[in-house]
Amino acid sequence: MVKITYVDSHGASREVEAEEGSTVMESAIRNSVPEIVAECGGACACATCHVYVGEEFTDIVGRPSQMEEDMLDFAYEVKPNSRLSCQIKVRPELDGLTVTTPPQQG
Amino acid sequence: MNDVIETDVLIVGAGPIGLFAVFELGLLDIRAHLVDILPKAGGQCSELYPEKPIYDIPGFPIVTGQGLVENLEKQIEPFHPTFHFGEMVESLTPTCVDGGPRFKITTDNGKTFDVKSVMIAAGGGSFQPKRPPIAGIDAYEGKSVFYAVRKMEEYRGRDIVIVGGGDSALDWTLNLQPIAKRLTLVHRRDDFRAAPHSVNAMRELVGAGNMDLIIGQTSKLTGADGQLSSVTIKTNDGTEKEVACDRLIPFFGLTMKLGPVANWGLNLHENLVPVDTEKFETNVPGIFAVGDINHYPGKLKLILSGFHEAALAAQKVHRYVYPDKKLTFQYTTSSTSLQKKLGVA
Repeated sequence: MVKITYVDSHGASREVEAEEGSTVMESAIRNSVPEIVAECGGACACATCHVYVGEEFTDIVGRPSQMEEDMLDFAYEVKPNSRLSCQIKVRPELDGLTVTTPPQQG
Repeated sequence: MNDVIETDVLIVGAGPIGLFAVFELGLLDIRAHLVDILPKAGGQCSELYPEKPIYDIPGFPIVTGQGLVENLEKQIEPFHPTFHFGEMVESLTPTCVDGGPRFKITTDNGKTFDVKSVMIAAGGGSFQPKRPPIAGIDAYEGKSVFYAVRKMEEYRGRDIVIVGGGDSALDWTLNLQPIAKRLTLVHRRDDFRAAPHSVNAMRELVGAGNMDLIIGQTSKLTGADGQLSSVTIKTNDGTEKEVACDRLIPFFGLTMKLGPVANWGLNLHENLVPVDTEKFETNVPGIFAVGDINHYPGKLKLILSGFHEAALAAQKVHRYVYPDKKLTFQYTTSSTSLQKKLGVA
């Protein structure tokens, strides 16, 4: 299990044990973490699972794919550390990851 | 006073299920017209995931969204359906004649249909432009913020700002630049989804000083009484640029809304239309709902489910359209009459 901390737009944090092979979005939904909407269910077709990746992990998490960049065009206040959480696969290397959600999804 | 289009069935929505419904109806000699708000057929498949592979269409280990739509369009060609694109159905009035169902349906483009049955294949709802996440934008909508360009002339001599990186944004940039006082294109990154030739044409205009390109995100709108005077763009290095603007056209994608179908007197269950599982008819005889828009115990929002639902609904539609004809079940593999309709016999 991989520890992921979700920080909401008010600063409240929730720590979750995420399953390897699932996505950061799925782990949020399964654990009732707020502010991740995932309208399209993880198909990279809506931009409502947008998160800011914690500084220490941006290199490990990596850059968005072309398809994800296209969808990020529709997200709210995109920053260099923005990712769509449905495209981040949970791996052991992400243990200790912190993601913050924006005040608005789409 | 506009002409009334008389046909057997009106299909609301030209996505994969609406398209396949034409086939099932056509085998039974039932004519259909389709109405869709998009400028093309294919619904979510061609609008949201044309390039993405689908793995669960029976008979296709892998097929793209657009590939599936093209196959369906080919499959229904023998039945020559009539499409009405860029329109949304509005009102529905039952006009019961001879005891059988009959409906008058109007669209937002002034068309009227007179039909014996309606098949609602609206999927997730009508695609409508998505409102961008910019504070206070709703105050300017319809006055100086527009999500679609209807009359180009209204943009002549204006300070236009277009936001977006896809074909809609680039096409309108190229169309409006020649008549604008000044046109600025704003995009989050210096990489565009639009067709390369459009992007090249835009870059040439920027290079020649005939329009501006700002890489950044719109952070603030300034204006009064619905009329914009400027927009502020935050570039990726944190600096803010204020651009004179009296017309803002943001292209932020599309979202789905059920729309006027919600006012047709149908029982609704959380924006879905309940139907029976024998003929997928709603609580109003003659109105059917197939695909993602319907609901019944065990419903799965799968394309293959919608195909099945359309096939069964067509059987009941036949009884409304041809009340005196007997419906004999036939196979396309063995029936010469079906094969003749398909143009293969």
